Amino acid sequence: MAAISFPALSGRVVDNAHMLSDGTVQSLTQLLAEYENGTTNQVVVVTVPDLQAGTIEDYGYQLGRHWQIGQKGKNNGALLIVAPKEHKVRIEVGYGLEPLLTDAASSQIVQQVILPDFRAGQMEKGVIDGTQAMLDVLGGKPVVAAPEQQDSSGDLFALIFLAGLLLLMAIRFPAATAYLLLNMSSSRISGSRYGGYNSGSGGSSFGGGFSGGGGSFGGGGSTGSW
Amino acid sequence: MDFIKKNAILIGILVVVGLFIFSGINTIPTLDENVKAKWSQVDNQYQRRMDLIPSLVETVKGYANFEKSTLTDVINARANATKVTLSPEMLNDPEAVKKFEAAQGSLSSSLSRLMVVSEQYPNLKADQQFLTLQSQLEGTENRIAIARKDYIDTLQQYNTTVRTFPGRIWAMIYGAKEKPVFTSSAGADKPPVVKF
Repeated sequence: MAAISFPALSGRVVDNAHMLSDGTVQSLTQLLAEYENGTTNQVVVVTVPDLQAGTIEDYGYQLGRHWQIGQKGKNNGALLIVAPKEHKVRIEVGYGLEPLLTDAASSQIVQQVILPDFRAGQMEKGVIDGTQAMLDVLGGKPVVAAPEQQDSSGDLFALIFLAGLLLLMAIRFPAATAYLLLNMSSSRISGSRYGGYNSGSGGSSFGGGFSGGGGSFGGGGSTGSW
Repeated sequence: MDFIKKNAILIGILVVVGLFIFSGINTIPTLDENVKAKWSQVDNQYQRRMDLIPSLVETVKGYANFEKSTLTDVINARANATKVTLSPEMLNDPEAVKKFEAAQGSLSSSLSRLMVVSEQYPNLKADQQFLTLQSQLEGTENRIAIARKDYIDTLQQYNTTVRTFPGRIWAMIYGAKEKPVFTSSAGADKPPVVKF
């Protein structure tokens, strides 16, 4: 078997198959960062251009080990892997999370939450809902199969997230937020300058410097195809 | 000064021997422990599979006229596999390893046959209990494959050390021998293909 070459761990969302919009990448990154802050569990979303002729099961645990997702000793990492070329999706679960995110629960998420979206061509929604379902199950909630007409849930999620983001920014960088809001709401003031603040530093602070904590994987999880 | 000059060769030999002892004394015991630890992972996963089978059999049995012979094969293979155990201490024994591999291998193939046959029963495939067991079985087969791969890697490291210098000398001192390698027997190293 030829050795697999793995993508770089560029953040909590590694979208190498270019399936997600910038907004989604940012919102998921934020969600997963907050989740780790609260639980120390590391969850990473990754889309890959191809599986290099292997199976997604083979790819998944090796990628998890390579990136060392999860904390050392706790092995509390999990991956959501999407391979659009092979039409495969897999939830890969680190040793430490196996009792919570069981094979059966992973299978339920894949079959009932992610695949219906994927089959309907809503890749982005499938990834977002799937990630949320993983976090829900890890938090002890049951899997809720997405009802057919629940199209707005993704938007609602984005909206709530955006509001939260704005609030967070307003607290941390009041001047910058005011600047941003004023700029957005009224183009007349756009010429005026607020003293000395470098707007570049606000946006780039999210998701920067993320790395695995030393966790390991042993093949827990579930695969689905569409 | 004179003493050192006269005995330079002796001191040199002593230093080399000292370094040799210092550097290698723990290698083989450490690797040996490592092999045993990896083995118990493999064993755990096989055990996990064994534990899943009774409920799987019960669920499938509930469906009228499910192929009896397929079920009986699984039940017999499991019964046989429970009798053939392989403790870490037995890993040196090629015969014991072979027997264990054969028992688990036939359980693997009877199980994958069961999963293939179950495809022909639409009601069974819609049964939530069955789907849950199926996902658990798939996950377990995947874990078995990975645990085996990890074991084989560690085993290779151990065997290489035992066969090459300086490990070879330590192996003689400890009386450590090469351990029999796993042969990838039919179906045992791959998750069963459940699709048609």
